[in-house]
Amino acid sequence: MIGNKKDFWDRITSIKREIIFTIIGIVVIVPILLGIKEEVQISPPVKSAYEAIESLDPTDVILISIDYDPASMPELQPMLKAILSHAFRKDIKVIMMVFWPLGLPIGTEGLGEVANEYGKVYGEDYINLGYRPGDRAVMIDMGREIRHFFRSDVNDILLDTYPMMRDIHNYNDIALIVGLEAGRFGEFWIQYVGSRYNQRIILGVTGVMAAETYPYLQSGQIEGLIGGLKGAAEYETLIEKPGFGLTGMAAQSWAHIAIVIFIIIGNIGYFMTRRKERRVRIKGRKE
Amino acid sequence: MKKRIPLVITFITGFIIIVSFFIPHRPFGQLETETLIWYAIIFAFTLIIGVDSLVRLHVRQIRRRKKGWWYSIVFFAGFFYCLTIGIISIIRTPNPFQPGTAFFYGYETILIPLQSTMFALLAFFVASASYRAFRARNIDATLLLIAAVIVMLGRVPAGYKLWHRLPAIADWIFDVLQIGAMRGILIGVALGAVAMSLRLILGIERTYLS
Amino acid sequence: MIFLLILSFSISAKDTPDDAGGSITINAYNIPEGTQRILLYRLAGGDTIYEEVGLISIFKGEYDDASVVDGMEYLYRGKAITEDRAYVAEIKEYISSSPEWFNKSRTSVLLLLILFWVVVLIYIQLAKKNPEGLFIRRLPPLEAMDEAVGRATEMGKPVLYVPGIEYITDAGTLASITILEMVGKKVAEYDTRIINPHFDPIVMTIAQETLKTAFSEAGRPDAFNKDDVFYLTSEQFGFAAGVDGIMHREKPGAIFLQGYFYAESLILAETGYSIGAIQIAGTNATTQLPFFVAACDYVLLGEEMFAASAYISREPRLLGSIKGADLVKSALLILIGAGVIFGTIAFIADNAGNPTYMEIFNKILEFLARAAS
Repeated sequence: MIGNKKDFWDRITSIKREIIFTIIGIVVIVPILLGIKEEVQISPPVKSAYEAIESLDPTDVILISIDYDPASMPELQPMLKAILSHAFRKDIKVIMMVFWPLGLPIGTEGLGEVANEYGKVYGEDYINLGYRPGDRAVMIDMGREIRHFFRSDVNDILLDTYPMMRDIHNYNDIALIVGLEAGRFGEFWIQYVGSRYNQRIILGVTGVMAAETYPYLQSGQIEGLIGGLKGAAEYETLIEKPGFGLTGMAAQSWAHIAIVIFIIIGNIGYFMTRRKERRVRIKGRKE
Repeated sequence: MKKRIPLVITFITGFIIIVSFFIPHRPFGQLETETLIWYAIIFAFTLIIGVDSLVRLHVRQIRRRKKGWWYSIVFFAGFFYCLTIGIISIIRTPNPFQPGTAFFYGYETILIPLQSTMFALLAFFVASASYRAFRARNIDATLLLIAAVIVMLGRVPAGYKLWHRLPAIADWIFDVLQIGAMRGILIGVALGAVAMSLRLILGIERTYLS
Repeated sequence: MIFLLILSFSISAKDTPDDAGGSITINAYNIPEGTQRILLYRLAGGDTIYEEVGLISIFKGEYDDASVVDGMEYLYRGKAITEDRAYVAEIKEYISSSPEWFNKSRTSVLLLLILFWVVVLIYIQLAKKNPEGLFIRRLPPLEAMDEAVGRATEMGKPVLYVPGIEYITDAGTLASITILEMVGKKVAEYDTRIINPHFDPIVMTIAQETLKTAFSEAGRPDAFNKDDVFYLTSEQFGFAAGVDGIMHREKPGAIFLQGYFYAESLILAETGYSIGAIQIAGTNATTQLPFFVAACDYVLLGEEMFAASAYISREPRLLGSIKGADLVKSALLILIGAGVIFGTIAFIADNAGNPTYMEIFNKILEFLARAAS
């Protein structure tokens, strides 16, 4: 800004937040309303997660931990549905449990929806253990006996009533743990269960947390990693069942492009403004 | 004396927990799990203190007719709704979150939209923060800017369409550059936390005692 | 008809290492292809009939029998069942479980911990003898605290202090309480209001006492208002919404975001920016650091938070502990560097046909990695 006058370059260096918000809102809503779907490339971490479940047999049991709440639902619920579809397609049995109490209804809803789709029977093919407080204490003690903390399921019916739970007592009987994480519980699964009980784990995390979780994938402490909405979209592509993950990809693409354009515009304005100020200073010195 | 007893308790407890990490034999091996359970129980009771503080705050707002005091009425409406409906739902069904209960209705129609809205704000804030922060003021800022643009484009399908190698470069930034930096920070934070814990156990750091 | 054949399928049993007893680990080897289940049977000393105890995981090839009694002797038999036959393997020697007094897999952690403590204690002693000799580099966010509180005072606006959304068990929250005391003293000196909303009731209780003490030490006990330190909610976005509301209504001149944050960090930081407040953030949440760096004026990165009390107070014992921790960090850096170089040499040698170095390298890695279990 020269003097008190704002010219074009000054204006684009300081675009109002309201304009940015409006444009972001438009680029996110429009592709979703138009139902635009975009193809995604499969990344190795998601492929590894897929392979971990693909390698299981119909006699195997997986434990899915719902460690998210409605805020992270857009990213993690598509992952849950995709993983459940994959598991049920292979007739793998599913145990669901919850460490975030607000995640219980959405986890239950997702489980019920996909189970109905594949004609699965509660108590024979899948079970919902519900929520128990104590997080790490629960994780550790489940290595001895699940019933120490979960004597009954979410409906308060004794676990031994259900045919599928009769032979399942601890992590010995669970082939794979799938943690769907919006917080720090992924680290707890790795620290307290993965290494202690030599348990196989794959994690589905929000996009922001993917960066922090990569070291565990690299060191082999987890077998696969599904990161953010893109990870969910990749998994849906692998199981050939498009869902919200793929629907959201177009919106995410457009939003990222919009942000990059804003950054470029901001930098162009910044450099032009600086150049102008330098010229004025030089002119001032000459005079 | 007033400060000495808590310091001694801190030292003994801290020392026992550290020792129990290395001794699996009973009773040491169980200490970790037991203390975690105790903490969960204590936390549940401290919620009473929190609720008391919150209720007092809003009662004060209403009494003094402070600006925006009517929002305190909204707070009480929500508070008593959740409390009443929650208790009724627990009495009627073993799982208050079961579809069909009033509690679930409140969860589905109020909580889910509110939480999703708050989280969605991040999309807008990320855009405005990026626009403001990613300026090539110097070499460091320029490198940050280039890395951010590559990763942002590489992580979406549009990036692949722009240039098919872009996702691979973004993955390399993730797998190599980013992980190195993340590990460094994690190690530093972990060591800092250990040093802080040592100071607390030895009573060198006493701010928590007041 | 099921044919019982003893092939190379075999099992072994051992007392589960490094545990509290009551567990025997059974491993299965050469699991036949097409195995559907591996049943495990156990014979307690004195019994005559094997009882079924569980299924050995086909994936892990391992089973921890956690229902044994210490000191009692057992025999085991494994039966791998495929579609058309069963393979049986037995252990001929009795095995019993017992508790361990030391978890050997954590030896590396113990050594590092002892090293850490010794170095820190030495530096604390050195610091007591020569407090001036210990240098800590400048930390602009901590130096800006004064400026921030002063600015808020000049504008006649309060200071907002948000201690993160973790519990008191988190190191970042403890560091935040330490910084809160320092900010509290400044605020008391300048006679400014401080608003301190909380996510956790326990942290709130501690913060109330901390600020009360800070105000007393600054000679202004009467200025402390307990009502300004309050519990908001233990729900993440409810807390973010509440704090945002406080920012818009109270319009603080300075905002301190110190502690462990999750996704709400950017919401808080951007809202703070929008009201024109000076913002000093600090977090040990590595995922949120970029957001704070982008949106705040000053940021304490990770471990810098833990150095805050030492930096401000310049107390020799605190300074000494920081220096000691730094020395251990340097030692770790050297170890990592040496590991990278040795690992690279081992890899090259292994490719050239000499696996010795790689074997040594793997053994060292195993020793270090076992500590994680």
